[in-house]
Amino acid sequence: MTHVLDPGALTGGGSLTGPLPDPFADVTRSNDAFRAFLHGLPGVDQVGAQARVTQLGTRSIKSTAKAWAIDTAISMVDLTTLEGADTPGKVRSLAAKARRPDPTDPSCPAVAAVCVYGDLAGVATEALTGTGINVAAVATAFPSGRASREVKLADVRDAVANGADEIDMVIDRGAFLTGRYLDVFEEIVAVKEACGPAHLKVILETGELVTLDAVRRASWLAMLAGGDFIKTSTGKVSPAATLPVCLVMLEAVRDFRAATGRQVGVKPAGGIKTTKDAVKHLVLVNETAGADWLSPDWFRFGASSLLNDLLLQRQKLRTGHYSGPDHVSVD
Amino acid sequence: MSDRLAVRKTYKLYLGGAFPRSESGRTYEVHDAKGHFVANAAWASRKDARDAVVAARGAFAKWSAATAYNRGQVLYRVAEVMEGRAAQFAEEVAAGEGLSTGRARAAVDAAIDRWVWYAGWTDKLAAVLGSTNPVAGPYFGFSVPEPTGVVAVLAPQRSSLLGLVSVLAPVLAAGNTAVLVSSKERPLPAITLGEVLATSDVPGGVANLLTGDAAEIGPWLAEHADVDAIDLAGAPAPLSMELERSAAGTVKRVLRAAPEEPDWTADPGLSRLRPFLETKSVWHPIGV
Repeated sequence: MTHVLDPGALTGGGSLTGPLPDPFADVTRSNDAFRAFLHGLPGVDQVGAQARVTQLGTRSIKSTAKAWAIDTAISMVDLTTLEGADTPGKVRSLAAKARRPDPTDPSCPAVAAVCVYGDLAGVATEALTGTGINVAAVATAFPSGRASREVKLADVRDAVANGADEIDMVIDRGAFLTGRYLDVFEEIVAVKEACGPAHLKVILETGELVTLDAVRRASWLAMLAGGDFIKTSTGKVSPAATLPVCLVMLEAVRDFRAATGRQVGVKPAGGIKTTKDAVKHLVLVNETAGADWLSPDWFRFGASSLLNDLLLQRQKLRTGHYSGPDHVSVD
Repeated sequence: MSDRLAVRKTYKLYLGGAFPRSESGRTYEVHDAKGHFVANAAWASRKDARDAVVAARGAFAKWSAATAYNRGQVLYRVAEVMEGRAAQFAEEVAAGEGLSTGRARAAVDAAIDRWVWYAGWTDKLAAVLGSTNPVAGPYFGFSVPEPTGVVAVLAPQRSSLLGLVSVLAPVLAAGNTAVLVSSKERPLPAITLGEVLATSDVPGGVANLLTGDAAEIGPWLAEHADVDAIDLAGAPAPLSMELERSAAGTVKRVLRAAPEEPDWTADPGLSRLRPFLETKSVWHPIGV
């Protein structure tokens, strides 16, 4: 079930070494053309995708491989708090946890980023300066995305001005589902421009896209528009990140790199709570997109409770006995 | 009339209110006192114990916060359902322990009575073990007993029902949640008790019954950082010392095993309730 588009076929036999001419330059010339392109993507075999992730989920990852997987997963976590009740104090305590997830063990890696609402990005930036941990801020009327474009862009500029290194935007699912693909595309392009140097993660909210075909289309749309990452969910809608959705998105980034030479990251978010889930995702990354994506630069977990479970498993491997929730911090 | 095909039994664990197979997929054969095959039982692994602790921890908040009155009613209901299954229990005890029908039935009656007795203790513990302390000042001082938390119980190896009830009921009556490892050779009464608990009003996860080898699972439970206390009743002699030592790493409450398995028909008093209670003392100012 490979869907790799042959880059040679699209670029007229051009070599992969030099910068590739954009083979998709003209697909966004009109909404009809874009629609034709997106609907022309190969359909997703839903049963096949489910079977594939189920089969990969049975992989047994033990001992040293498990220890590596746990440390890698910790270093990929975007430690997230997106509650109405968030306070500067809570963000600072989360930042402290991001720096030293397990204060009893200096060998425990730091997480990749702290993800907060835009107005608290300044607090997070202050707490994380010089640590190498990024500050991610959600923007564009997160989580619903129901606001005018001016408001969304102002939201993004505000978050960037507050020091956010990464912006997590939501797409306009209403426009996407009604087939106004070009509107969604243009909005992402505009947000990307407003981001300036900040990385852009595009949240597809796959729980509202319903089908895996729509997930594949939305992934391609977001990548063509310049997203640096594609992210499954806001975490506010159920189902959030599921393995079949993640599989489809990983296939999309793999095929996109093969076609254009540009690598895009993937971030499943929401609903990943256990180490076992995280390891299943890592297996999926390795088997679908390849080992190039097994780095915090290209794969992230959007999570809050996952980190504690990873730490408990890490303590179990280190001490040889089971640990308990009294031995990790309460978020 | 044709002979029926025998319904062969492969029992499962009782864990978190459900009946899963062992995560390891292992089973072992259970034989009666004469060595005849009786049934297959699930052979619990350390990961089943880990899952059971998670279930017990999850159930603790609600069970420990239930009123003593409510907890007593729920436990009494267990005794009611046990009474309905008395014949089955008696058959299993007779086969497993090699007792006559009459003596097995007497053991079952004693077990049910024991359960009722502990059910009655739930709302009396605070009065007997707590106190209003004499203080020299304008305030009250109260001491109240509170449940310890998640208790690992290694059930007696010989007394498969009366011994089992005698170690499990006090843990639950005090408001703790339990992870119990049954007698290895005589697990059937524990399996049936699991079915009783599932069909009474005990919330899932409050009692988790694992069939298997205490010598295999015991060390994992003794070292587990999220287990608050361990009852070593069913740990064979050299093992109990080792378990006590590993339990020290997380400062667990340890209830030692007697050198020989005791006569479970004796009145236990508060000897199995007190170890799984913590005393909380509070000062309270006297109003105007």
